[in-house]
Amino acid sequence: MDSHSIIGTKNKKGQTFTDPYHLFFEAPRIPSFFTGSEVIKEAIRRASVDLMVAYPITPQSEAAALIGELYAEGYVTDYMRGENEFGVMSECAGGAFGGARVFTTTAGPGTMRAMENFPMWSGARLPIEMIVTCRGINSPLSIQPDTLEIYFLLETGMLVWHAETAQDFYDWILMGFMVAEQPDVHLPIAICCDGFFVTHTKDVVNLTPADMCLPPYDPYRSPVPCMDMECPPVRMMRDPFVMKSNYISYATHASWQQEVRAAIERSRKHTIPLLHGLIETENVDADILIVSSGTAVSQGREAIRLLAEEGLRVGLVKIKSLRPWPYHEIREATKSAKYIFVPEFNVAGWMAREIKATVPDSDRVIAGPHVAGGMTMPPEVIVEHIQRALGKSVATLAGRGS
Amino acid sequence: MGNALPDPGQAHINGRIVPEEEAFEEAARMFLGGTVPTIFPGPLVLWAWNEKAKKKAKAIKFLYETLKECAPREAKPMLIPMPDYRPKYPKINPEVEINPNHPNLTIWHNKIDVCMFVGVHCHQANLSLKIIRGGTNCYTIAMCAQAGHEDACLSFRDASVEKIMHLAEWVKKLKDAVPFGALKKHVAALEKKDHAGGTRN
Repeated sequence: MDSHSIIGTKNKKGQTFTDPYHLFFEAPRIPSFFTGSEVIKEAIRRASVDLMVAYPITPQSEAAALIGELYAEGYVTDYMRGENEFGVMSECAGGAFGGARVFTTTAGPGTMRAMENFPMWSGARLPIEMIVTCRGINSPLSIQPDTLEIYFLLETGMLVWHAETAQDFYDWILMGFMVAEQPDVHLPIAICCDGFFVTHTKDVVNLTPADMCLPPYDPYRSPVPCMDMECPPVRMMRDPFVMKSNYISYATHASWQQEVRAAIERSRKHTIPLLHGLIETENVDADILIVSSGTAVSQGREAIRLLAEEGLRVGLVKIKSLRPWPYHEIREATKSAKYIFVPEFNVAGWMAREIKATVPDSDRVIAGPHVAGGMTMPPEVIVEHIQRALGKSVATLAGRGS
Repeated sequence: MGNALPDPGQAHINGRIVPEEEAFEEAARMFLGGTVPTIFPGPLVLWAWNEKAKKKAKAIKFLYETLKECAPREAKPMLIPMPDYRPKYPKINPEVEINPNHPNLTIWHNKIDVCMFVGVHCHQANLSLKIIRGGTNCYTIAMCAQAGHEDACLSFRDASVEKIMHLAEWVKKLKDAVPFGALKKHVAALEKKDHAGGTRN
């Protein structure tokens, strides 16, 4: 199917297949007061999805159930429940191998349980979109927000974006399909948000009209044959070259892996015009910067406001895309900074490590503050962290044990 | 890795984005300057799965015939298909076909110094082009129906019957204008530039 020739025609629900750029940037927007989960539903209503595979795990369960309603209403062609997250992601692969636009949602331990599938998806060049509503992955069990699972996704060969707000989430769910399905990209995409903070709070989100939808996926533009059981990657595990110990077998695998990573880099060309850059910046000429992604950015904004009241000017770098990693953009944005603070909702501080590996004079990067296991990050905690690092005397905040 | 690919109406030569017409001339010069210029048609044009594929196949045959007619007498143009992507064991017959998992064997065996991929799924083409680039001195051209190939030395995008025929026209136009073995000199000059610390762009 040629997706261009279908623009302007209607689907069975009476929605008009709309040029994506018109849908994203020119079509009227309707302010609506929704939870993040409801926003996922509304984005998928407009996304011409062929298959959604669902499995309950907090905090994405509500979104998965709401998309079941879309299936009942006829907006999603097929809807299945997997036996577990590994099964879900495997079924997603089957649907995508068959040429369908596939969507799923997961979180925390579900992401971890399904992990084997993600490099398989990218190696097989399957442009599946997966929502990750991040939560704790540790024992004892936690259902609360925590972004550690994102770190595990970074080298799977997937595109990884991290939304700050429900509005980001709505727009990026739609835009993600358009980037992931480009023939020179054609990779799975994980669109992450911080669970509960985004999924279970209400916000005003500007929605595109419900009678407009994305053009359908065109499997004939795929860089690999569609469901060809005679050819890798579908038949890959039966193929002897995979198991051979010889130079050309290694060269094939190395080239294959390089090609997946090259495709991530090629996605920049399509992502930058849609997301208006891989990062967003404010006052980066300041000596002090807060650099992070997701909800930590929102808390950083509040901290910047509090610090401004005390006469301290602090700039902000919001990282939208984690893969591709905005290496040059971050170096440019942080070139004048004397201090780079990286607040994170996880115990490991993986974002700070990524940034340290990116900028020159990495001693400028000060990891933290970190909260984990579902703790909130009051802006006062960021303020205290910055003031302490600058050598200012601060009153210890109650209840943090520091 | 991850080079920017050309926009519609453009092509790239060694990663440099150029107007498409410049690439047509360069591709024709490379074809005519090679000792074994070879076209590798893939499954998307080898099988008559739609009307466009049939027309493209005819255009590719015409390009090959034009190449045979216009190449210097000493050159040996070839047409070697990539019928599918299955690994071939115990080994492929490089006289008969090329395989994306070990394309270097076909290049080495036939002493191919310039080749063009057409009708190969993009992932398989990039895989082959990476291995060729890493293991041979062959100059690679991609006539891509989608967004182009960063791993080819020269890549077109949005390949159509008209573009394939236009390349044949350029080959005809430059007949007798490119001396035999010119490609070898061109590649040697590029390598010299590399060794001198310059860039190919």
